[in-house]
Amino acid sequence: MSALIPALHTRDVHVVLGGREVLHGVDLSFGAGRWTSIVGPNGAGKSTLLKVLAGLLPVTGEVFLFNQPLLAMARRQRAQQLSWLGQNESASDDLRVWDVVMLGRMPHQDWLAAPSDQDRQVVEVALQATQAWDWRERSLGQLSGGERQRVLLARALAVQAQVMLMDEPLANLDPPHQVDWLEQVRCLTAQHTTVISVLHEVGMALHADDMVVMQAGRIVHQGACADGATHRAVEAVFDHRIAIHALDGQWVAVPKL
Amino acid sequence: MTGHCARWSPLVVALSLVVLCAFGIALGSAVGSTGFESWVNARHDDVAWQIVWEIRLPRTLGACAAGALLGLAGALAQGLFRNPLADPYLLGSASGASLGVAVALALFGGNPFATELLVRLGLTGAAFVGAVLAVLLTLTLARGVQHTLRLLLAGVIVGVVLGAMASLITLMRPDVLQGMQGFLLGSTSFMGWTSCVLMFGVLLVCLVFAFGLSRVLDALTLGEATALSLGLPLAPVRVALVCVLALATGTAVAQTGLVAFVGLAAPHLVRSLVATKHNWMVLLSALMGGALLLAADLLARLSIAPQEMPVGVLTAVLGGGYLLWLMYRTQATGAKP
Repeated sequence: MSALIPALHTRDVHVVLGGREVLHGVDLSFGAGRWTSIVGPNGAGKSTLLKVLAGLLPVTGEVFLFNQPLLAMARRQRAQQLSWLGQNESASDDLRVWDVVMLGRMPHQDWLAAPSDQDRQVVEVALQATQAWDWRERSLGQLSGGERQRVLLARALAVQAQVMLMDEPLANLDPPHQVDWLEQVRCLTAQHTTVISVLHEVGMALHADDMVVMQAGRIVHQGACADGATHRAVEAVFDHRIAIHALDGQWVAVPKL
Repeated sequence: MTGHCARWSPLVVALSLVVLCAFGIALGSAVGSTGFESWVNARHDDVAWQIVWEIRLPRTLGACAAGALLGLAGALAQGLFRNPLADPYLLGSASGASLGVAVALALFGGNPFATELLVRLGLTGAAFVGAVLAVLLTLTLARGVQHTLRLLLAGVIVGVVLGAMASLITLMRPDVLQGMQGFLLGSTSFMGWTSCVLMFGVLLVCLVFAFGLSRVLDALTLGEATALSLGLPLAPVRVALVCVLALATGTAVAQTGLVAFVGLAAPHLVRSLVATKHNWMVLLSALMGGALLLAADLLARLSIAPQEMPVGVLTAVLGGGYLLWLMYRTQATGAKP
């Protein structure tokens, strides 16, 4: 893995939001075709970091996508390689599910062109993958929070980007669909897609290949999820209020009472 | 949820609205203070012909065009600000136009040598200039168009301040009060062929731009970050859309005065009929706005004939009633409007 080009890497990235510095010099490298989860307490700067990686925020320092400076890339080229699923982004209730997912094909379409057969096929596959196909004719306003989240996930999948960035993708999802998401991500990395996700539930985050642990705008640790040092770092940033144990070949985080 | 699920195809709605507009225009050219007679006699009676051709037809077509401009502007405003309560006047164009008219009336409204036509032309120009200047002021205060909340607040501030200035002028020059009131209530009765051609021309330009840029509005429904991540040039498109919004509103306001609620209600009416992307949305909202103002114009002429009601009063009552109904229905069914 180390010999390959990283999908994304940052060099001394600082971010100032509202006059306050929220990221203090981040140096990170994300292996291509791997799933990395970002964890940390509230306000650690996880979502900000993800936005930086998506090229959505002005930064000092450098961000590279497959060794190209991210912010200097052509908009459309970047959009084809990077897919973004945000957190709590209000979606209007009026668009049909099908149209929402088709928005993910935008980076591949000409400005006024009608969707091609390939676009339609990709949208169908994405809707099937998140089990949202049956609602394709409904408008977003007629769906529950979890159903809506699955449609938005399908939208992000429809970009077919090499790198997927997801901020709290499990929000509103019930347990079976959380497991579906997990399998979806495994399937993506098997096809050499890089997945980077901010996750609140440490137990879910531990299923990733690698983990980035953040606290107060700094990277505390980056390492494999199976590594004991990673577990110690996670326990430390959460004030040792949780403990990580092995159970049936998986890692679980349990509250320390 | 019943009404909510029964959505129509956009094409069917568009065709129905076109038919409705055509019917409204035919009816609008047929009714007036002289009744159907002028229409029937138009072939062999010059006076009747003149009434239909020079007065009724242009004002009817004008009402349709102005309504379409407002409907289009409403759809753009609601898409751009991602707020279903946004209306075309929120960038301050309404109060800017009022101030322009107040100034113009105070300057040469009381002048006995100014002919009716000159006053009319002057007022139209003053309203348009006032509307454009107000929007520019709003944009300056908001330091550009990229921060939509700041833009909304700046629009509110500009609206209040310019409105107060217009009121002050009216207070100091009571003789302009009547003209001012007429403008504030909105009227479709003074439009000639020039107004029609102008408005339809602007409408066409605005529709082409709005249609071309509509995919950005679609992407914006998923939030700004997502729209940016899709590789869209958000900043320049926003500037262009604000220009289209200001041009459409300014043109309509200059010709008809402040016609209330059409811009707000038209997109909502469309949404209650179809779930569609913004390319259809802007087109259907324009058609819906045209049909609404046509209907209001007809009612204004018929309700207290041979007298005429200011059309703005009717749109306010009907539009307000509709929104109220929508609100209660939403509460009752728990459906989202």
